[in-house]
Amino acid sequence: MSGRKDILMLKNSARLHVPEPGCRPGETPDMSHIKVPPAGEVRRPAEDTDPAEIRDLAWALIRVLDDAGDPVGDWNPGLSADMLEKGLRAMMLTRAYDARMVRVQRQGKSSFYMKSTGEEAVAVAAALALEYGDMCFPTYRQQGLLVARDWPLVDMMNQVYSNSRDRLKGRQMPVFYSSREAGFFSISGNLGTQYSQAVGWAMASASESDSRIAAAWIGEGATAEGDFHYALTFASVYQAPVILNIVNNQWAISSFSGIAGGERTTFASRGLGYGIPSLRVDGNDFLAVYAVTRWAATRARSGLGPTVIELFTYRAEGHSTSDDPSKYRPGSEAAVWPLGDPIERLKAHMIGAGLWSEDRHGQLEKELEEEVRRAGKESESYGTLKEGARIPASTMFEDVYKEMPPHLVEQRKQAGV
Amino acid sequence: MNMIEALNSAMDVALTRDPAVTIFGQDVGYFGGVFRATDGLQRKHGLTRVFDAPISEGGIVAVAVGMGAYGKRPVVEIQFADYIYPATDQLISEAARMRYRTGGEWWSPITVRSPYGGGIYGGQTHSQSPEGIFTHVAGLKTVIPSNPYDAKGLLIAAIEDDDPVLFFEPKRLYNGPFDGHHDKPVEPWSKHPASEVPDGHYVVPLGKANVVRAGGAVTVLAYGTMVHVALAAAQETGIDAEVIDLRTLVPLDLETITQSVSKTGRCVVVHEATRTCGFGAELAALVQEHCFFDLEAPIERVTGWDTPYPHAFEWEYFPGPKRVGDALRRTMEA
Repeated sequence: MSGRKDILMLKNSARLHVPEPGCRPGETPDMSHIKVPPAGEVRRPAEDTDPAEIRDLAWALIRVLDDAGDPVGDWNPGLSADMLEKGLRAMMLTRAYDARMVRVQRQGKSSFYMKSTGEEAVAVAAALALEYGDMCFPTYRQQGLLVARDWPLVDMMNQVYSNSRDRLKGRQMPVFYSSREAGFFSISGNLGTQYSQAVGWAMASASESDSRIAAAWIGEGATAEGDFHYALTFASVYQAPVILNIVNNQWAISSFSGIAGGERTTFASRGLGYGIPSLRVDGNDFLAVYAVTRWAATRARSGLGPTVIELFTYRAEGHSTSDDPSKYRPGSEAAVWPLGDPIERLKAHMIGAGLWSEDRHGQLEKELEEEVRRAGKESESYGTLKEGARIPASTMFEDVYKEMPPHLVEQRKQAGV
Repeated sequence: MNMIEALNSAMDVALTRDPAVTIFGQDVGYFGGVFRATDGLQRKHGLTRVFDAPISEGGIVAVAVGMGAYGKRPVVEIQFADYIYPATDQLISEAARMRYRTGGEWWSPITVRSPYGGGIYGGQTHSQSPEGIFTHVAGLKTVIPSNPYDAKGLLIAAIEDDDPVLFFEPKRLYNGPFDGHHDKPVEPWSKHPASEVPDGHYVVPLGKANVVRAGGAVTVLAYGTMVHVALAAAQETGIDAEVIDLRTLVPLDLETITQSVSKTGRCVVVHEATRTCGFGAELAALVQEHCFFDLEAPIERVTGWDTPYPHAFEWEYFPGPKRVGDALRRTMEA
């Protein structure tokens, strides 16, 4: 009995810790806990540096553009005026495209949409830093890859509308694009599955001594999935030529990054346990994202293996058209996000460098809106989710297998389509 | 050849004929697999074509899907079917739907080999028969051989198939045609005609069943180990059963099944997997849909019980020749 009494008297200091974000709706948004080091502060090691010597970069924040819009430090990729304009244009086009696709969803012409507002640099800068033949395994928020690779907006819209020209034949939710030609792998709703598949693609490429590499994206929330661990393990074991991007946009639907383990360490640092060089970068800095992607791509193509890149950014809008972020975070939180907006920052840089002007910017904005509007009209002429031309329903029985087995032939008959 | 040698030969042939074929899995490289199915293949075909993988079933199948998207033809081993569950997301949500969800832009020409079934005192983690989980999934094919000749021809067909194939190998049959008499020595494959396996390339097409015993009294539908159990039951009861080895569960050779049941008017469905929602339920449903007016007796199912596979009681669990024989008699008396 006395033993039991002793146990009961033992002090128990353990508490179940459930992470909570700093502020909730109705409170004043506060992001003072986010440390923003000055641009240009982080050294740029040679691509073949021993990974053990650059472990600190997993906790750093690589930034090129300073507050005045000037590019500073070793990581400045020194891009040409053409490349800067291409990047700006693709980010603006992505934003204009997103804006229209949300509007048409609200009009009932499609079932769903997901914007990438505030995260355009993550996809666009990477697409421009990669070679066109490199294979991308994105999440649903890297539509900027397709835009930057000049994939036709009409084709993307056809998918969103599931219309008669939808190459995916009305089988996938909006934004679950697939384009073999553009090196954009089919989007999955089961988060993280593409991450480990990308490593397999890269392993196959390496086994053929193919110069093409793979790049994958995952949200910080989905790093908790097993596929993240599978990907890093296989990438490290077989030294796969793959860039493993973690898009830390702070929110996984309503769960802040702390629920994915962000309170204890950075997401980039997860790569270190696997012996993979890991960088953390300002995801809203077009030049910095371009530079780190290029660095990682050079490593991969030189046979130096994988790189993990955490892109520190902010999901400026809801998760999707089915989400209302004002229910779980202060409405004005985006305004206090300390890393600004990727388009505004690149624009400021280009104006400062004498390559751009407010007038040209305004003019381009109008041009792109018109381009999106024209594409929208064309796509809608091929039908929308509930109106106009559709792919015949009988096609739903196709492509389940390469050749339709007898039971599906029979079921198609029964369906009467 | 015994079953292991036949499987090894199939992979050797595939590796030789098609440079895209790549084999990996736990212990399959230098060592040649815990059941020796890949013995010597790394030595012959090289380290980058046959190699060891981390203990990560989800990763193994994910990497296979990615390699398939690149243009490879991966053949992976899941060391025991009981370990396949971490890979179900990649199999069910990814491999099975790749062709469909991309409108045919990408597909998963992968083969997942896995030893399955009990009878080796493997307890609940080395004995399971999870085929019913995968036959339920649109886009997957499920193949189960019952002898060395079929094992080689079906495995080559599976590897050459452009759809994802689950290839479950009845591990109790690796060394001989085990008929469920666990208290008697198993005769080696060398005494069985199906051990005559050609060295070169041939296929046993997917989706074609095999009538392994012609008979007029009752149709027995079986696959894997249960084919041999059913044959033993027919012999021991003296009932003139027609035993059909399904060989492929999806796609299913319904025509061979319905022709037989229409002739015999009776049907017993046998599998080692648990009963509820097992593949036998599908077979029974199909038989009654297509042969109802020919049936002279209720369809019987002889299966594993709806319990985990118990280590010390596996012969009470296993649907052996006595239970199959009893079902045959009941069917004949009905």
